[in-house]
Amino acid sequence: MSRTFLGTPAFPEAARAALADPQLRRNLAHATGTIRGKRAAVVSELEETGEWEQLRLAGAAIKDQTLLHLDEHLVALEESLVAAGAVVHWARDAEEACAVVASIAHGHGFDEVVKIKSMATAEIGLNEALAAEGIAAWETDLAELIVQLGDDLPSHILVPAIHRNRAEIREIFLREMAGAGRPAPDDLTDEPARLAEAARLHLREKFLRAGMAVSGANFAVAETGTLVVVESEGNGRMCLTLPEVLVSVVGIEKVVPTWADLDAFLQLLPRSSTGERMNPYTSTWTGVTPGDGPQEVHVVLLDNGRTRALADEVGRQALRCIRCSACLNVCPVYERTGGHAYGSVYPGPIGAILTPLMRGVGEDEQVDSLPYASSLCGACYEVCPVLIDIPSVLVDQRAQVVDARRGQVSHVGEAAAMKGAAWAFGRASRLGAVERATGLAGKFLGRRRVDPGGRGVVSRLLGPGGAWSEARDLPAPPRESFRAWWRRTNGADT
Amino acid sequence: MVTCVNDAMFPDVGKATLTLLRRLGVDVEFPTAQTCCAQPMVNTGYLDEAVPVVRTFVDAFAGYDHVVAPSGSCAGSCRHQHSIVARRSGDAGLQRAVEEVSPRVLELSEFLVDVLGVEDVGAHYPHRVTYHPTCHSLRMLGVGDRPTRLLRAVKGLDLVELPAAEQCCGFGGTFAVKNADTSVAMGSDKARHVRETGADVLVAGDSSCLMHVGGLLSRQRAGVRVVHLAEVLASTEASAREVAS
Amino acid sequence: MNDARTAILERVRGALHGTERAAAPVPRDYRTNPARRPVRPDLLDLFVERVEDYRARVHRCTPAEVADTLATVLRRRRTVVPDGFAWPVPQPVPGAGLTAAELDRIPAVVTTATLGVATTGTLVLTHGEGQGPRAFSLVPDVHVCVLPADRVVLGVPEAVAALDPHRPQTWISGPSATSDIELDRVEGVHGPRELHVLVVT
Repeated sequence: MSRTFLGTPAFPEAARAALADPQLRRNLAHATGTIRGKRAAVVSELEETGEWEQLRLAGAAIKDQTLLHLDEHLVALEESLVAAGAVVHWARDAEEACAVVASIAHGHGFDEVVKIKSMATAEIGLNEALAAEGIAAWETDLAELIVQLGDDLPSHILVPAIHRNRAEIREIFLREMAGAGRPAPDDLTDEPARLAEAARLHLREKFLRAGMAVSGANFAVAETGTLVVVESEGNGRMCLTLPEVLVSVVGIEKVVPTWADLDAFLQLLPRSSTGERMNPYTSTWTGVTPGDGPQEVHVVLLDNGRTRALADEVGRQALRCIRCSACLNVCPVYERTGGHAYGSVYPGPIGAILTPLMRGVGEDEQVDSLPYASSLCGACYEVCPVLIDIPSVLVDQRAQVVDARRGQVSHVGEAAAMKGAAWAFGRASRLGAVERATGLAGKFLGRRRVDPGGRGVVSRLLGPGGAWSEARDLPAPPRESFRAWWRRTNGADT
Repeated sequence: MVTCVNDAMFPDVGKATLTLLRRLGVDVEFPTAQTCCAQPMVNTGYLDEAVPVVRTFVDAFAGYDHVVAPSGSCAGSCRHQHSIVARRSGDAGLQRAVEEVSPRVLELSEFLVDVLGVEDVGAHYPHRVTYHPTCHSLRMLGVGDRPTRLLRAVKGLDLVELPAAEQCCGFGGTFAVKNADTSVAMGSDKARHVRETGADVLVAGDSSCLMHVGGLLSRQRAGVRVVHLAEVLASTEASAREVAS
Repeated sequence: MNDARTAILERVRGALHGTERAAAPVPRDYRTNPARRPVRPDLLDLFVERVEDYRARVHRCTPAEVADTLATVLRRRRTVVPDGFAWPVPQPVPGAGLTAAELDRIPAVVTTATLGVATTGTLVLTHGEGQGPRAFSLVPDVHVCVLPADRVVLGVPEAVAALDPHRPQTWISGPSATSDIELDRVEGVHGPRELHVLVVT
C-alpha cells in the first residue's frame, strides 16, 4: 500500500467531494444502517436487565483508573511480559516503533510478514515503513486486504473497506490478487461467501509460509502480561499461532490492570462493534507457551501522541476508547461523508477528537477542522461503551483551536463575527438595536417568496450567509422582534 | 427565556409560549435584560467571548423559580455549558451565580409535564403533524416522550411517525455554515422523511432546527409548514377561528 | 530503547502532574445483577440456543452416545486427534508433532473445550489435554468439539473468573465469519467453516 492520508484537505472540502459520490453514499447508508440494527438488538438484551449501563460504568471506571496510574501499570505490564518470556520494546513515536519491527524482521532475515488488522500499526504507517526496508507486509483481515489490494485508504475502524460494495470488491480481487500471490478464481461472483472463499485461498499460502506476524492488541493485562486479540475471521488466530516470531504493537492506553477486568470489556466490545453477543474468535496469550504458537514474542509499547492526549484534562477520556466504532456507525456526519474525509486512520466522531488530541492543534488546518466536523447531535455519546462524552470533548477542542489561532489571518473574520455577537449579546439594549437594523435590512432583501405559512422567505443571502442559502431558504426577518413587541405592548395582548 | 433566535426571527414562538403558560395559570415574566444563552460562541470555540453573555444571562434570570425556554438546545446549553464558561472566566462570583441559576432552566415540555404536571394543555390543532425530536432535547436533556405525550393530547391533531426521527437534522449551529454541504445532506434526508409522512406540518421544539429543515422544504416547494411545539400547544379553537377570519 | 522507556514514563508522569490520582472504585454490579441468574436446566438450553444462533450445529448426547455421534458427524473424514482426547473417531490422525502444512491437508479435528458460556454461546479452549495446541482447532476446515454439560457457565464474568490467564486461550463463538462485505455476516473465512458442538449430558 503506497497511499497515505497526507495532503487530505480540511474536512469541509474533503466532505464535499465525498458527498458528491452517490455510490459511496448508498454503500455507507446501507452498511451503517445494517450494523446499527444489529448493535441495537444485542445491546437491548442487556439493557433490559440493566447490565448494559452497569457495564458501561464499569468499563469507563476501569479505563479511568488505569489512565490515572498509567505509569505504574505500564511498568507492571513490562514485568509480567518479561517474566512470561516476551521481549518488551518502547517507542516514543511512529518512527521508533517501525524501526523496532523492521529490525526484528531483519534479524531473522525475513522479507515478508503477515499482519492482523491493527489500528496502531495503521496509525504508524508500518506497512510503508517496512516496504522501504524491503519487507512486504501482507494484510490478512478481509477488509484490510480489500484496501491493500485496491491501493486504497481505510475509511472505518472496524471495516476499513466499508466504502466498497460487493461488486467493487469482486473487481479488485479479480484485478489485483494475481499480483500479490494466488489469483482469484476466474468465475468469481460478487456473492459475499464466494469473495470470502477467494480471500481464504489467497491468504492460506501466506499463513503457511510466514515466519513472522505483526499484530496489535485489544487489551494488555498488566497483572499477568496477557495480550488479547478480538476478531472474526480466524486470520488473527493464523497470525498469532503459525509463525515462529510474533510482534505486537500496543498503544500504551490498551493496558488494563487485571485479568478479571476483561469480563466487562469482552461484553462491551463485541456488542458495540460487530453487533454480536460475542465475536467468533478471541485469542489470549501470555508471553511464550512452549510447544504452542510463536516461540519468540515481542511487544512494542507505543506512545505516538497518547501522552499528549493524557495531559488534556477534558480530552483524556478519549483514551478510554476500545476502538469498537459504534460512534462511527451512528454518526449522521460519518454516514454521509464516509471515513476518508477525516484524513486519518481514525475517522468519525472518535477520530475527530483523537487526531487533534494526539497531534495537537494550531498547526495544521486539516487537524483543526476535525473538531468542527460534527453537528454535536450526541448520538456518539449515547452508544459509547466506555461513556466518552465526545460532544463535550469536541467543544473543548474547538476552544483549543480558537485559542491557538487567535490573531491569525485565516481566523480573523470568524473571530470578528464572534466578538460582534458577544458584544450584542452582552447587553439587551445592543441586541435590540441589532434586531431593529436586521428588521429594516430585511425589507430590502431581494428574491422574496412566501412560505406555506404565509411568511416571506429569502432565497439568496450575501457574504457568509451564502453558504446557508445555496440550498436553504431563510424566513424574512419579522417586522418586529419579540423584544420590541414586549416593549410596545408590555406583553399584554397575547 | 425566549431565546435569541426566537426573539429576532420567530417572535410568534415567544408569544405562543407566553399565551400557553398564562393559559395554564403561570405567572410569566420576560426579563428584558436577557439576550442569548451563549451557545453560538461556546460551540464555535469562543469561550472568552461567551463569558460576558453568560454573565448577562445569570443577571437577567437570577431569582426566578423556573426559567422556561421554548428550545431544548438553549436549555441544554445553560444546564451543560454555563459551568464550563464560568470556570474559564476564573470568576468565583460568576461560578456561584451559574450554579444557582442555570440548573433552573427547563425546556418547555419538561416544564409542562414535570412541573405543571399537565399533558392535555387544552389545545386544538386540526392538522396532520409529524414530530422531529431535536438532538439536544432528546439526548442532552432526555425529554423522552414528553413532547409527543403533549401532542397526542391536542384535539384534532393527527400525529404521524417520522421515519429515522432520532437522526440529527444537520443544523448544528455554526456547523450549518462551516460544513454547509454536510449539513444540507443531512437536512435533505430529514426533509425527505418529512415528505414521506404526508404530514402538512412538521413540529419540533427548536426554532433553529425548524429554520434549517424548513429552509430546505421551502426551497423544495414541499408544501409542508414548520411550526414550533409552543405554537401548536398554544392554539385553541378560538385562536384558529381568529386566524381563519 | 531504554531512552524511550524513560521518556514515555516521564511523559506519563508529566501528563498526570497536578491531577488527583485517586479514582472512584470500579462499580462491579454487572457481575451480581440479579436479572442474570437463570436456573440450571435453562442454562443449558440457553447455551444451545445461542450456539445455534451462530449457525454452529449442536448435538446433545449421553456419554455412551459420544462415539456414535462423532462417527456420524465426521463420516469417513481424516481427523486430527489431540493427545488425551478420550473418544474414538473413524479415521484418526494422531496430532502430536503435526506441522501447519500437514494440518492443512487434514479435513477435520476433534477437541474438548474447557468451558461453555451460555449467554454468548461461546466455547473456550485452553489448549491442554484433549485440545492440543492452538493450530489444531484452527487449520482443519471442520471442528468438532465435545463439551460436558457441567462445564457450561452462565456468562462472561463466570468464564473469566474460572480461567487461568497464563494458559493460551481461544474463545470460539460459531464458525469463522466476517462482516467485512457490506457489514453482512458471512460464515467461513480462515478458521473452520463448520463447527459442531457435542453437548454431553
